[in-house]
Amino acid sequence: MRRRMLGCAAAAIMLVSGRPSPGGEMLVVRGDVVHTMTGPPIEKGVVVIEGGRITLVGSALDIPVPPAARVLEGRVVTPGLIDAHTALGLSGYLNQEQDQDQLDKGEPIQPELRAIDSYNPRERLIEWVRGFGITTIHTGHAPGALVSGQTMIVKTAGETADDAVVKPVAMVAVTLGDDARPGDEKKSPGTRSKAVAMLRGELVKTQDYLRKRELADPEKRPDRDLRREAFADVLRGRLPLLVTVNRATDIDAALRIAAEFGITIVLDSAAEAYLAADRIRAAGVPVIVHPSMRRGGKGETENISFETAATLRAKGIPVALQSGFEGYVPKTRVALFEAAVAAANGLTTEQALATITTDAAAILGVADRVGALRPGMDADVAVFDGDPFEYTTHCTAVVIDGRVVSEAPR
Amino acid sequence: MRRVVLFSGIICLAAVQMTVRQAAAQERPVVFANARVLPVSGPPIDAGTVVVVGGTIAAVGPAGATPIPADSETIDCTGKVIIPGLVDTHSHVGGGWGGDASGPIQPDVRVLDSINVRDSGFRKARAGGLTTLNIMPGSGHLLSGQTIYAKLRKASTIDDLFVRDAAGKPLGGMKMANGTNSRKDVPFPGTRSKSAALVRQKFLKAQDYRRKIDQAKDDPTKRPDRDLEMEGLLDVLDGRTVVHHHCHRADDIMTVLRLREEFGFKVVLHHVSEAWKVADQLAKAQAPCSVIVVDSPGGKLEAMDLSLATGAVLEKAGAPVAIHTDDPVTDSRLFLRSAALAVRGGMSPEKALEAVTLAGAKMLELDARIGTLEPGKDADLAVLSGEPFSARTKVLETWIEGRKVFDRDDPEDRLFAVGGYGSGRDQQAHACCTDERLSETK
Repeated sequence: MRRRMLGCAAAAIMLVSGRPSPGGEMLVVRGDVVHTMTGPPIEKGVVVIEGGRITLVGSALDIPVPPAARVLEGRVVTPGLIDAHTALGLSGYLNQEQDQDQLDKGEPIQPELRAIDSYNPRERLIEWVRGFGITTIHTGHAPGALVSGQTMIVKTAGETADDAVVKPVAMVAVTLGDDARPGDEKKSPGTRSKAVAMLRGELVKTQDYLRKRELADPEKRPDRDLRREAFADVLRGRLPLLVTVNRATDIDAALRIAAEFGITIVLDSAAEAYLAADRIRAAGVPVIVHPSMRRGGKGETENISFETAATLRAKGIPVALQSGFEGYVPKTRVALFEAAVAAANGLTTEQALATITTDAAAILGVADRVGALRPGMDADVAVFDGDPFEYTTHCTAVVIDGRVVSEAPR
Repeated sequence: MRRVVLFSGIICLAAVQMTVRQAAAQERPVVFANARVLPVSGPPIDAGTVVVVGGTIAAVGPAGATPIPADSETIDCTGKVIIPGLVDTHSHVGGGWGGDASGPIQPDVRVLDSINVRDSGFRKARAGGLTTLNIMPGSGHLLSGQTIYAKLRKASTIDDLFVRDAAGKPLGGMKMANGTNSRKDVPFPGTRSKSAALVRQKFLKAQDYRRKIDQAKDDPTKRPDRDLEMEGLLDVLDGRTVVHHHCHRADDIMTVLRLREEFGFKVVLHHVSEAWKVADQLAKAQAPCSVIVVDSPGGKLEAMDLSLATGAVLEKAGAPVAIHTDDPVTDSRLFLRSAALAVRGGMSPEKALEAVTLAGAKMLELDARIGTLEPGKDADLAVLSGEPFSARTKVLETWIEGRKVFDRDDPEDRLFAVGGYGSGRDQQAHACCTDERLSETK
């Protein structure tokens, strides 16, 4: 009896907090322009939402508003926006020791660190970016160590990390270049070549681990090792490496490692990607481009360009944009503003929107759930009182999984 | 022969010295025709004309009603928008440093002695439509040194950038800070109260120095020895130099006002993340506020409550509002975006444009010369592709004192405007007083 009650309680908790947590009521979002991202924008468009999912998208002429439905209206409606790379939820807005969990500097290589174990869904900056229409973020361990840990994909709503999660393990964060150096001369890696050698060494070691784990005699198999298992998923093609690089030299090093081990990588930041565009294209590697005001002074990011997203896209490289990681003021950037810079520097409105919706979703491997307005997708919607890329426009409503999570204009 | 060469060399030098400012002046009058002109000093003028003669604005008005000089060069600006050159009250372009770790209060230190005029940041700032900067030392001291007001002319030395007073003295302010940045180990303060006490003690000392000078009257034997620190503070106490004071939290803002009251100095409050909490007090005190507009709050404890609405709240309360870049905290090329985000936060577009032009000029006490498009003012302006607060608008040209210092159609200028390989390096020096760079004259 006792056991049965416990079982009931567990089931009830699952019902309350398990994902997806569908908004109960029927919701209709109407816009003068609806960017579905599956086709041309719809003038006077309507998005119908039920049970947390999109059920209908089309013209207001064709879709009557059901009498029981709640209606949200705005000038422009887009899919909920995706920030393709951030450290939000791990790196808090106070920027004090107690709210900075994005980087453990104890060791240079720690792919076993899970993002979900640090993610704070109540972090104030998550609410901040959500107010600008950001509904999905790819977040986790930050650049700053050779292998800093795992990343995850979450919605910007939810009481717990488990509520919010879309993909608990998304990628393994790798940094090459100056930021991979711990800053202590006695600690490795101290040079670019050393960093690459260390990473290759780990992957070679993991190849051996995988081989030995398959040995017929269980006695001869190596013990389970979290670090090896994380890298094993990389070698098996289940887990991409998110490689933060800026100089063309480091981009080439990343492509070399990907080719040597036949692994999937995503380039991150990539300040000088325009110098390596043909090679990136040939390798079939997507790029999550740095924020436009990425600070670096005279360092590796000194040659960043506002036009990189447009340059790479024109080459046929999949491109997404990101808020990135900030260590000072402001503690986060806003992916919406980054797309605005891209829209002003070579991308069309639809192309710039794609960098924070469909294309971002595809690079993150979540395009079956988020990034577009079409039946069956998660009901994540952003509503604006004008062109979303104008700085003077406001985001007036945000819907996540069919629930209105924000109605304060921002 | 040798003497001739020497002689002409002297003439050349003299000419160079005489024309540091004039060298930048144009030769032919320039007429910007058919632009939408936002003069800031008055309502927008559609199909407006701006006439520039000798580096100065000669006339601004509607087409047809504005006299055009006979030998002028006309630039058709149909479809374009002209605004005053942007004034940035708080910039760190040029990598200048102020005081060192020896102490928290260093009024003898001048940032002008450490600025690299070849820093690519200057070219990027011109690409953003900026024409005048207050270049400051950092905020890691209670008083980190003297700032410099700089025109973004093409320069080979810092002297080429100076804005001078009638006596030829380069103008600048004094950088101070409270809150958390200057809290360090001794001899730096450990608390806010200690910060204020150290500053007050130093100003009391300067008052004593003032008294000794006054008591000596015309007797040089009674005058105290020259003291660079005291001289720096006297400029502040005597009202010749404006204090530019870093402060974020509402209580830190009020502390600055308390010190202003006690010592009677002129002060501009910078960053003012929490000014929205004390807007009425700031309006009542008519305290000039220069606001930083960034993408999010946080990153440090004193910026926790930073708000996009700060400009709007201060405008509504009636306090003077400017906006600054704090470059590199925000990129000078996106300075207009800061003003646009202030509009998003509720500020009126008119006041937001004023905040990056005239209001800044007033806070630097340069509004007689810059900040609006009015006859008699320096011909500092930016030609835009559209309305100033649209994300899609580009700065096409930047002009200072009647000379074009940025042209988006010039491939090299464009590199600095959008970025790309080479945009981060130090730039080549400009040969003094010509438009050509040294690299081209070698």
